[in-house]
Amino acid sequence: MKILVCIKQVPDMESKFKIADDATWYDSKDLAWRMNEYDEYAVEQAVQLRTQVEDSDLTVLCIGPQRVQETMKKALAMGCDRGVHIDDDNSFQKDPFEIASMIAEFAKDKSFDMIFTGMQSQDRGSAQVGLMAGEMLSLPSISTVVDFTFEDGKVTAKRELEGGIKAKVSCSAPALVTCQLGLNTPRYPTLPNIMKAKRKELLTLSVADLLKVDSTQETTKIYFPEKRSGGLVLEGAAGDLADKLIQILKENTGVLA
Amino acid sequence: MKALLVAENRDGKLLASSYELVAFAQQLGADSSMFLVGSENALPQYDGTLYLADSGKHSEYNPAVHKQLLLEVIAKEQPDLVVFSHSSYGWDLAPRVAVALGAAQVSEVVEVVEGAMVVPTCNAKLRRQINVKTGKTVVSLQSGAFCLSEDPSGTPIVEKIDTETASQIVFEGYEEAEAGGVDLSKAEVIVSAGRGIGKPENMPIIEGLAKALKGEYGASRPVVDSDWVDHGRQVGSTGQTVSPKLYVACGISGAIQHLAGMKKSEYIVAINTDKDAPIGEIADVLIVADLKEFVPLMTAKLLA
Ligand SMILES: Cc1cc2nc3c(=O)[nH]c(=O)nc-3n(C[C@H](O)[C@H](O)[C@H](O)COP(=O)(O)OP(=O)(O)OC[C@H]3O[C@@H](n4cnc5c(N)ncnc54)[C@H](O)[C@@H]3O)c2cc1C
Repeated sequence: MKILVCIKQVPDMESKFKIADDATWYDSKDLAWRMNEYDEYAVEQAVQLRTQVEDSDLTVLCIGPQRVQETMKKALAMGCDRGVHIDDDNSFQKDPFEIASMIAEFAKDKSFDMIFTGMQSQDRGSAQVGLMAGEMLSLPSISTVVDFTFEDGKVTAKRELEGGIKAKVSCSAPALVTCQLGLNTPRYPTLPNIMKAKRKELLTLSVADLLKVDSTQETTKIYFPEKRSGGLVLEGAAGDLADKLIQILKENTGVLA
Repeated sequence: MKALLVAENRDGKLLASSYELVAFAQQLGADSSMFLVGSENALPQYDGTLYLADSGKHSEYNPAVHKQLLLEVIAKEQPDLVVFSHSSYGWDLAPRVAVALGAAQVSEVVEVVEGAMVVPTCNAKLRRQINVKTGKTVVSLQSGAFCLSEDPSGTPIVEKIDTETASQIVFEGYEEAEAGGVDLSKAEVIVSAGRGIGKPENMPIIEGLAKALKGEYGASRPVVDSDWVDHGRQVGSTGQTVSPKLYVACGISGAIQHLAGMKKSEYIVAINTDKDAPIGEIADVLIVADLKEFVPLMTAKLLA
């Protein structure tokens, strides 16, 4: 069985973001980078499936600049067999349609039986790429999956809806699913597996070979949202802050009466 | 400008979020028509054409079939905008339609500024303005971002639509949310733990403050997904919706899905090491501090 998992490298969301000089993206300097949280669940599910089905082969694909190879190594250490890096210094400017089309272009003649992606990225949060790639490949796709089983070529999944209700959905492989938080418990790579990952195949492809479409949109401006007026921000020593907060709660809420 | 609004039906009922699409079209001054896979027994209050397909036949979730129905209406109406809610239904169907149309899709629009759509970025820490380059645009709207100023009214002109498209995806039914757990909606005070608590061993700190304030404790999703707290206490769009007199968010960044569950709280206090955390946008008070230090101190002072 051939499996593909697509991952993205994103900044740690607790980073101190700065706006880049041309104000169309955030400054990529001085940020800590990590695997998109949703993709960790996708990698874990792909690795579990690879273990479940004999003679499976699992490829991890990532688009981005050189530094994304660090994140790919984590996926390899989690259990992917090989990596495909689409080297692109300008991936941050590509829209979901372009990213999806590169994935589809790569996958179209490789007959993957299952493709996993995260349901969205933590930075753009568009929730488009996985489903778009599925459409471009004419594969049935199921999004926002919190439960996944594979048996005799049949995928049964639960989609998470609002309020914690789930929709049970099934289809036959080949198929694509987009993974939601909580789908499984992503493993931590062990030291021996981190060492092993260093020797795994990591192929680099160029954007020019895969990008055949035009972008559909661009970001013209990025900025910090205005803070709601009226909200108090308190800093200082913890003891003083606690006294202040107790005073505030007494004045503004009935709960300390 | 013409907009086609994709309304939503769940378990035989029209979802109220469908009216947010109407508010969006009004704000843009667009002529609108509506699309719904639903039922004649649950029609929207809406003055305009409603293209209605039967969810009994086409199911409430069947992306291939709903896409086909929608594409036929789009071919007829030729809208500039196809508008969805950014919901589990909308974010699933929208990209499929966008690919079929070769149209740009703009996800989770929160406002429109001088004709440009604005969307959140980096877990709502930043915002982006988008310039669309295609003739048609598919958009999905952040839940609650656009609201009608009056109660919805009107009677649609129903035009029935149908298709015989086959689908590879089978919808097998709903599974209710896990029952049990506490009903947080009745609590007057809720102290919630976020990923900022760092490890499950720190949960007693949060429970301690909740007790000192005579309230309940809740949690954000990662804390629940990690099994540090059971799902019955999750606050947010896929958990409980609460509106206590006081909500204390400890180590919670303030993602939209969390805010959806607690923004109606009367008074909101956030404790966060990050001054820029988006929770600060809705908090009445943001305490910039390490919760591991601040919360036990606060609890001790309350009990003193
Ligand atoms: C479809 C969908 C549905 C979702 N439903 C829900 C839902 O119902 N409920 C929900 O909560 N989420 C939900 N989410 C997830 C949501 O998007 C966020 O990922 C989640 O709310 C983040 O939780 P958090 O704030 O605890 O963690 P993080 O975003 O990781 O934030 C942790 C915060 O803790 C702060 N911090 C770190 N250390 C400390 C310290 N020592 N002291 C004080 N502060 C500290 C950090 O500065 C940061 O702000 C959903 C997501 C999707 C896509």
